[in-house]
Amino acid sequence: MTNHWIDLKNSDCILMMGSNPAENHPISFKWVMRAKEAGATLIHVDPRFTRTTTKCDIFTRIRSGSDIAVLGGLIKYILDNDLYFKDYVLNYTNAAFIVGKDYTFKDGLFAGFDEKALSYDRSKWAFELDENGVPKRDLTLKDPRCVMQVMKQHYDRYTLDNVSRIAGTPKEDLVKFYKAYAATGKPDKAGTIMYAMGWTQHSVGVQNIRAMCLVQLLLGNMGVAGGGVNALRGESNVQGSTDQGLLYHILPGYIGTPEAKWQTLEEYNKANTPVTKDPMSVNWWQNRPKYFASLLKSMWLDDEPATAYSFLPKLESSSAAKYSWLVLFDEMLKGSFKGFFAWGMNPACSGANAEKTREALSKLDWMVNVNIFENETGSFWKGPGMDPAQIKTEVFFLPCAVSIEKEGSITNSGRLMQWRYAGPKPLGDTKPDGDIIYELMNAIRGLYKEYGGAYPDPILKLNWDIASDHAFDPHKVAKLINGFYTKDVTIGDKTYKKGDQVAAFPALQADGSTCSGNWVYCGSYTADGNKAAKRDKTQTEMQERIGLYPNWAWAWPVNRRIIYNRASVDKTGKPFAPEKPVIAWEGGKWVGDVVDGGGDPGAKHPFIMTKDGFGQLFGPGRVDGPLPEYYEPLECPVDKHPFSSRLHNPTALQFAAEQKAVCDPRYPFVGTTYRVTEHWQTGLMTRNTPWLIEAEPQIFCELSPDLAKVRGIGNGDKVIVESQRGKIWAMAIVTPRIKPFTVMGQLVHQVGLPWHYGWSFPKDGGDSANILTPAVGDPNTGIPETKAFMVNVTKA
Amino acid sequence: MSGKTFFIDLTKCTACRGCQVACKQWHKLPAEATKQLGTHQNPQDLSFTTYKLVRFKEIEDKGGGLRWLFFPEQCRHCVEPPCKAVADGYDERAIIRDELTGAVIYTEFTKALKDLEPTELCPFNIPRKDSVSGIWGKCDMCLDRVHNGLKPACVQSCPTGAMNFGERDDMLALAEKSLEAAKKRFPKAEMANVDDVRVVVLCAYPPADYYEFLMADAGPNVAPMTRKAMLAMLTRPFRQS
Repeated sequence: MTNHWIDLKNSDCILMMGSNPAENHPISFKWVMRAKEAGATLIHVDPRFTRTTTKCDIFTRIRSGSDIAVLGGLIKYILDNDLYFKDYVLNYTNAAFIVGKDYTFKDGLFAGFDEKALSYDRSKWAFELDENGVPKRDLTLKDPRCVMQVMKQHYDRYTLDNVSRIAGTPKEDLVKFYKAYAATGKPDKAGTIMYAMGWTQHSVGVQNIRAMCLVQLLLGNMGVAGGGVNALRGESNVQGSTDQGLLYHILPGYIGTPEAKWQTLEEYNKANTPVTKDPMSVNWWQNRPKYFASLLKSMWLDDEPATAYSFLPKLESSSAAKYSWLVLFDEMLKGSFKGFFAWGMNPACSGANAEKTREALSKLDWMVNVNIFENETGSFWKGPGMDPAQIKTEVFFLPCAVSIEKEGSITNSGRLMQWRYAGPKPLGDTKPDGDIIYELMNAIRGLYKEYGGAYPDPILKLNWDIASDHAFDPHKVAKLINGFYTKDVTIGDKTYKKGDQVAAFPALQADGSTCSGNWVYCGSYTADGNKAAKRDKTQTEMQERIGLYPNWAWAWPVNRRIIYNRASVDKTGKPFAPEKPVIAWEGGKWVGDVVDGGGDPGAKHPFIMTKDGFGQLFGPGRVDGPLPEYYEPLECPVDKHPFSSRLHNPTALQFAAEQKAVCDPRYPFVGTTYRVTEHWQTGLMTRNTPWLIEAEPQIFCELSPDLAKVRGIGNGDKVIVESQRGKIWAMAIVTPRIKPFTVMGQLVHQVGLPWHYGWSFPKDGGDSANILTPAVGDPNTGIPETKAFMVNVTKA
Repeated sequence: MSGKTFFIDLTKCTACRGCQVACKQWHKLPAEATKQLGTHQNPQDLSFTTYKLVRFKEIEDKGGGLRWLFFPEQCRHCVEPPCKAVADGYDERAIIRDELTGAVIYTEFTKALKDLEPTELCPFNIPRKDSVSGIWGKCDMCLDRVHNGLKPACVQSCPTGAMNFGERDDMLALAEKSLEAAKKRFPKAEMANVDDVRVVVLCAYPPADYYEFLMADAGPNVAPMTRKAMLAMLTRPFRQS
């Protein structure tokens, strides 16, 4: 989230699209309903009428996967009707930038496409620079190559007719949504988006979100109270795990994983440190070398950062086609590696194309399954279609402690880091994950010490001071994540002693004199103590107006509650929305939230994390295009795109062996997967909770009365749902909440299933809906396209 | 009239079922073996082990509108409980009223009521009998919690403000205010029973749209003693007080 949970209450218009927050983020509705009470308009855009829809003023039904068409139509509506926030767009976004002459967009393809490699040369999308190396701007916005005009031309094809035909949504329903949301383009109005996996799990997942960023920038909704782009994280600490570099392509603090082509730290820094010639651009990532050096130092305290860099493994490529989730299991299936830790995960049910995943597990020599319950992953060898006698994989199950039995912090969607204390003692001999990792690494280090090894230095020199009395110490780790001085240092007129906690990330250094396990958390555990444990509700009258609560726990970065808040004020520091001010320049200083970027009003461009300091309407950083373009999901019910000859995202992640149903009469219906309130993820915890399995006992398939009639299915009947990849049974819920769509003149039925179930228990609960979903994904992230695929449904 | 009252604002209910599960958790009630029968509502009905149930109902209106209505159902803790009037005919210890809160409490002596149907006891069709012991059960207002200064478990778990609980005057004031606000979006919004019950329900649509027993006549004269009860009173064993 750029904003935070409480801030939802400040919104004038809440768009819920690609999400079902009433069901999957039920507590969010505390704040959504507060906004509604204060007069906000609630909009739900979704294939299904859900519990969320029941509380919304506007419901716009769209076919699964048609989001960019629908959002492109919204962008066109805003531009055609001149509804954007002009000062904001001109001064705070790159609308006035001039796109270079190499940029083209023709028939669904951007400039620089390599048909053989199925990838783009992104240098073709660069901006034109002036003689000082600063991007050229046309403040009249009339230059045909300025971003505003390029954007206008791009979205000109997203007519109501085209959008309606491909999304299957009546035009009047689109207009109702567009009109209500575009009304937040007024300077003192704020609109927000609550999105989740309904946007990310597509072959255009990143571009779905980019499309909304365009909308938010046009309407001046970034940085303001009640605005922002807000990812609803599906688990209480997903934000925290992302921050800590859980994914293959980033190290803690969003520092790109080194690639083999950068053999030295110097080479890495040269390639990864953005440079701007514009003195008004803060260009915060110019500090990356300091943060990276501090991270390296936190891992290898006794070595210089350059040496520590040489210890880090390097990727051959950071492309999603190389190491992301789907690739991992594809390689596992080929026998590319022997061992596997499934830690707090259940990929046999959670991964797309679950049968492929399960088969891949059989190619391993060993698997360590760390979980609070036995699951379908650890038990795959006795699952459906498996012959235990033929499976060589040796499985070790390590039961671990439950979250409430452990002390530590969690970071919620709003970047709020909250400390939690241990509740009950872990059951039996179960251990916290931290202890399991600690003991595992001790054993590995012991083996290296005893027997040497190919390359012992990274292992043996590792800073492994994370325990006290032989147990994982969350305070020690939190202090290391914040960072401390590694030697006595004098900066300006202040001297810091070796071991002193660093107060905030501006003090981090590139020379190895500071360490910090994650720069965005620098400032969370300082000489003032553990700020994540703060529980103080006091706030100023100004902060109270928007429910900022700056003394309740701590948010990254530097306790800033609303990111890009500098865009909430004009160039004199006056809030655009005086009733809901985030920051203001009063009496020669900033008040309210912690201001983004510092300095006097108007002195800095507000989007400090971008190189040029402007919100990126035109964004040359993504691998599949600088502007979101509509493409069909890789499995779809149509064989033609309504306004280009490129049916699919040409750069999407896919595998040769993965068959796809495109306009295939065997799989005529659009399928999607989702969650319900009563279950969580693959259901491991909730299927084991009798009161929850009582409420949602079995896998179901929701379908419309029309489809039920076509297939002779009655409400509550058992049905078979089948895709290219496999089939499962489910109980039919025949409901008017699901309706067919008219897509390009054809009637298209949609069905949906939850993915919470697994074959192991309860015995008649059903199996994972991911048996149906395709192992194809987004080219930027590798996330699988599980929200739009093709199936058949028949009566069992 | 003093004592406690619930206010349930159906315009805010998202059917997250936190209340349904919290009720079972606090009362340590077992889960029922259920099946997916083509509705998200489960269990299908109240039972001796299900005091709180969120009812789901889909209504297609002429003109294409669709409403999906939710009603978190529970005992209304009537001010003059008809069930008590009936039960007293069998055994005065069967149903008692908590003086401090006004909660209507069923005791083990409800097994004396074994020949009755729920609707003979209650105009809202709430209480359910255990087929083994013959004892009746229903919501007890989390009396143990309330007497210790806590809110009932269902209210505690509600994220949206649909479930509220407090002093009766405060709740009625909140209900009035909420009704006024609701009418802006739902012109036909109305309060199901107010004066006769301690569970005041604000409905966005006619109460019967949600569930046939959402509203009922629960006034003091609603349960004139049935013949069964009369007979029971005449034949009940003499008890020294």
